[in-house]
Amino acid sequence: MEPIVKYDDVHKSFGDTHVLKGINLDIYPSEKIAIIGPSGSGKTTIIRLLMTLEEPTDGDIIVAGENLWKMEVGGKKKRANEKHLRSVRKDIGMVFQHFNLFPHKTILDNCVMPLVKVKKYKKKEAEEEARRMLDRVGLGDKYDAYPANLSGGQKQRVAMARALVMKPKIMLFDEVTSALDPELVGEVLEVIRDLAEHDEMAMVLVTHEMDFALEIADRVLFLDDGVIAESGTAEEVINQSENPRLQDFLKRFRNSSS
Amino acid sequence: MFENWVNILTYLSQGAWTTISIFLVAALFSFIMAFIAGLSRLSTNLLLRGFTAFYVEIFRGTSLIVQLFWLYYAVPMLFNIDLGSNWWVGVIAIGLNYGAYMSEVVRSSILSINKGQTEASIALNLSRFQRMRQVILPQALRLMLPEFGNYSIQILKGTALVSLIGLSDILYYGDIYRSSNLSEGPIAYFMVLIMYFIIALPLIWLSKKGEKIARKGVAS
Repeated sequence: MEPIVKYDDVHKSFGDTHVLKGINLDIYPSEKIAIIGPSGSGKTTIIRLLMTLEEPTDGDIIVAGENLWKMEVGGKKKRANEKHLRSVRKDIGMVFQHFNLFPHKTILDNCVMPLVKVKKYKKKEAEEEARRMLDRVGLGDKYDAYPANLSGGQKQRVAMARALVMKPKIMLFDEVTSALDPELVGEVLEVIRDLAEHDEMAMVLVTHEMDFALEIADRVLFLDDGVIAESGTAEEVINQSENPRLQDFLKRFRNSSS
Repeated sequence: MFENWVNILTYLSQGAWTTISIFLVAALFSFIMAFIAGLSRLSTNLLLRGFTAFYVEIFRGTSLIVQLFWLYYAVPMLFNIDLGSNWWVGVIAIGLNYGAYMSEVVRSSILSINKGQTEASIALNLSRFQRMRQVILPQALRLMLPEFGNYSIQILKGTALVSLIGLSDILYYGDIYRSSNLSEGPIAYFMVLIMYFIIALPLIWLSKKGEKIARKGVAS
């Protein structure tokens, strides 16, 4: 099977800080990947590059055969323009740590607007689709509420519905429970678990919810100092790896969570 | 005495339409300039950004009355451009001047919208234009309202300068009245103030309302 996303020796620096130091990664259709690692190791940066929120300093990211950040013009490679980026990123969706709902729109409109504007749905079809998705994340009674009137967990579920209506082939989750009160984390994880079990899309989770990540992920990546230091099934990475940095990270994590 | 006040007001009101018409068109013009310049300064095009910065700084950094004289006396002589009537000269000078100030309001309001809003819009694959139109501007507009209210009151007061390029506005009639009734100078100018204040009342009300909308704002 062909990978749907391919990172080829991807580097990213912010000023003098070299955050990613050569990422090589294949993501296959419907694969569920969890990225773990110490803070500052570049986990979030990996998926922000794919969402086109940051531009790599070096290397290529190929999405469904298309080079994300470079386009060919008359046989020459050029930096991607807005049009090229839009055509390649249409299959990618993202859920953010801080929800980023549109505060001036109702939660229904949050989901309807991108369907109408980007996917050119008719308003009525878009509303049906948005309702279906909001029902799925358990917010069927809140269509007309504004984001400000929702709890953090509800906001995050709306954000997921909004990303889902666009039918991405790859969905990125950027520490989606980190900004939530502890008692609201469960309801959000429940939705992600449901997606992981029933949806065909590939999912990449950057998370601190270690147990959850290990439970749902087909593959776990341990990111350390800008490179993928370990990669394998949860079982392989947790129990069989002898990487001392990983052992250290897991030990610190276990200590802090127990 | 009261009758005299009413007489003066009636006399001054001959200039009211000039003041109001210049105010309305100049305000509209400055709003348009504010958006054009404010958005241009956020453009990725270096030339456009530089040119706009030049316009904004020149018009903010020099006095409105001098700009008015420039447009009225100097520009037609130097470039052989006829700006039409002095009414238009007033409108253009005031519009350009306040447009420069207000473009900063547009720019800073847009910049103050959380970056996460842009990122979410990119993740939903909205185009650059759609991001601005659907997500950023509706939120930024609310923030602009109180400042726009303030500036519109300033524009109204600024229109008094056009009496200096020969337009017969409220202040002009006030001057005329005083020069033919010297002893009534204080009361004549007092009435001029009253007149401007009456016209400003709806603007004051509007900017209060704008403030309320902005404060209610949009909590994320």
